[in-house]
Amino acid sequence: MSDAQTPNTGVMRIVDCPGTNSSEAGKSSACQGCPSQIFCASGAAAGPDPAIQEIKEKMKMVKHKILVLSGKGGVGKSTFSAHLVHGLAEDETKQVALLDIDICGPSIPKMMGLEGEQVHQSGSGWSPVYVDDNLAVMSIGFLLNSPDDAVIWRGPKKNGMIKQFLRDVDWGELDYLIIDTPPGTSDEHLSIVQYLRAAQIDGAVVITTPQEVSLQDVRKEINFCHKVKLPIIGVVENMSGFICPKCKTESQIFPPTTGGAEKMCQDLNITLLGKVPLDPQIGKSCDKGKSFLSEVPDSLAATSYRKIIQRIQEYCDMHLYHEGINA
Amino acid sequence: MEERKENNNLAGVRHIILVLSGKGGVGKSTVSTELVLALRHAGKKVGILDVDFCGPSIPRMLNAQDKDVHQCDSGWVPVFVDQEKSISLMSIGFLLEKPDDAVVWRGPKKNALIKQFVNDVAWGELDFLFIDTPPGTSDEHISTVDALRTCKPFGAILVTTPQAVSVGDVRRELTFCKKTGLRVIGIIENMSGFVCPHCSECTNIFSKGGGEELAKHAGVPFLGCVPLDPQLSQSLEQGRDFMQEFPQSAAFPAISKIVVQLLEASSSSNS
Repeated sequence: MSDAQTPNTGVMRIVDCPGTNSSEAGKSSACQGCPSQIFCASGAAAGPDPAIQEIKEKMKMVKHKILVLSGKGGVGKSTFSAHLVHGLAEDETKQVALLDIDICGPSIPKMMGLEGEQVHQSGSGWSPVYVDDNLAVMSIGFLLNSPDDAVIWRGPKKNGMIKQFLRDVDWGELDYLIIDTPPGTSDEHLSIVQYLRAAQIDGAVVITTPQEVSLQDVRKEINFCHKVKLPIIGVVENMSGFICPKCKTESQIFPPTTGGAEKMCQDLNITLLGKVPLDPQIGKSCDKGKSFLSEVPDSLAATSYRKIIQRIQEYCDMHLYHEGINA
Repeated sequence: MEERKENNNLAGVRHIILVLSGKGGVGKSTVSTELVLALRHAGKKVGILDVDFCGPSIPRMLNAQDKDVHQCDSGWVPVFVDQEKSISLMSIGFLLEKPDDAVVWRGPKKNALIKQFVNDVAWGELDFLFIDTPPGTSDEHISTVDALRTCKPFGAILVTTPQAVSVGDVRRELTFCKKTGLRVIGIIENMSGFVCPHCSECTNIFSKGGGEELAKHAGVPFLGCVPLDPQLSQSLEQGRDFMQEFPQSAAFPAISKIVVQLLEASSSSNS
């Protein structure tokens, strides 16, 4: 048996990968039978990728880098990312960009109203697609010929694409770069953290829905953040209750049976940035490629989005301040 | 020799069905869980192989999260959910030391475990084996289809939610099926409308009709709409048998209808 092992008890357990840069790489008991064992043991993986330095240079022009993460799919990462950039870009003096590294399921082009747009090549790299003068977007969706095109890629190819997005896109000077990720803790996540290691990420915003089935995946994601030393800005609970438009009674469609994000944040000592209720207008705005914040500005959901965005801005300002002191 | 081993453990499985979706959180695991429960009530022997390594939800949904996997001569013994052993499960969730452990693996490691999951689990005799997948069209999907090549899966069920953003990802999954020669059994539209328990007003929180439209557009069967149902989400949270406990609820007839179609499709292919 390669990855799972049987100690004397007869119970199968997973033993964790020591990491390709570890001195244990290719030598620990977890490496037995792993297809990369020989490669890892040879030490070839230990050398830093020269792209990391190039990316660091490029990212000097980017003040704040924020990852939007969640262990679970369909909890609203892309919806949140889209509204975060819309909210940040309302200040016309700020330059904002959104990078979509969900290679197999890019939803950002549609949500930003950019379906069918193409990326152009210039002397200084790939030009992102602009929603407004101060809001740029990049996604693999812009590189596909048809909405039916499937990107059937294994990890290494996805990693190559992410590297290109970071190194070869001509972002220009940015105040905020928001990075929307696919669900899970795999290639895309490891790569983005690795490639941005030298350039420093401000932190991650973790999205969840209230049920335990979602929280159990999100706890894994939080453990991932600790493992790779990625600071957590806070957690957003999405799809938190639904108010019937007719009788105004609230229903818990995704019930917080274990206390929801609030309890999880208390237990793990992390910040709860806020809760966003289910609102049919959010999905509709996303389908139309419009900002919910400007479509239905007075709704409960829009108000809580704004509060959360403000808290993220405050975090970043603090972060900058601390960096200034440390420098 | 490798070939013979591959066929051995899956030789007693009559229909292998992949549950796919380009998008996450649309209800792949929910659909797998409820179909398995409904088929069990129809007297079938069923199994679920959960190849979502970063977010395994199946053990909790079937209230089996504390069980362990053991070894036997022919491989790994799956976890049995009930006394009669009519539902068997395999998931990485059973192999973790702590339930919150993150499985931070790149592709090659996931692929190696998928091969083991497909080849080394001693399923015995099963009428249906559902393979619950993570979102996307990447390592897990390519490896699963590759590993199953010799035993001809029955087909794939695609799950979507109604809104355009989700349907868009499922279109890509259809292309994946076409490219890999996987038959599409049909599309299920999940989270389709919510009926307020207080005033009975139906709100289409995630819009409506996207799944059916896509099925028409792609020329594949549409298996039905499953409404948003707090009783369903509650049952999954607590690992309770929704198909037994809530026959009066909104989602019950929808799931039953899908199972009937599935049984028809499988019996017509049996000849």
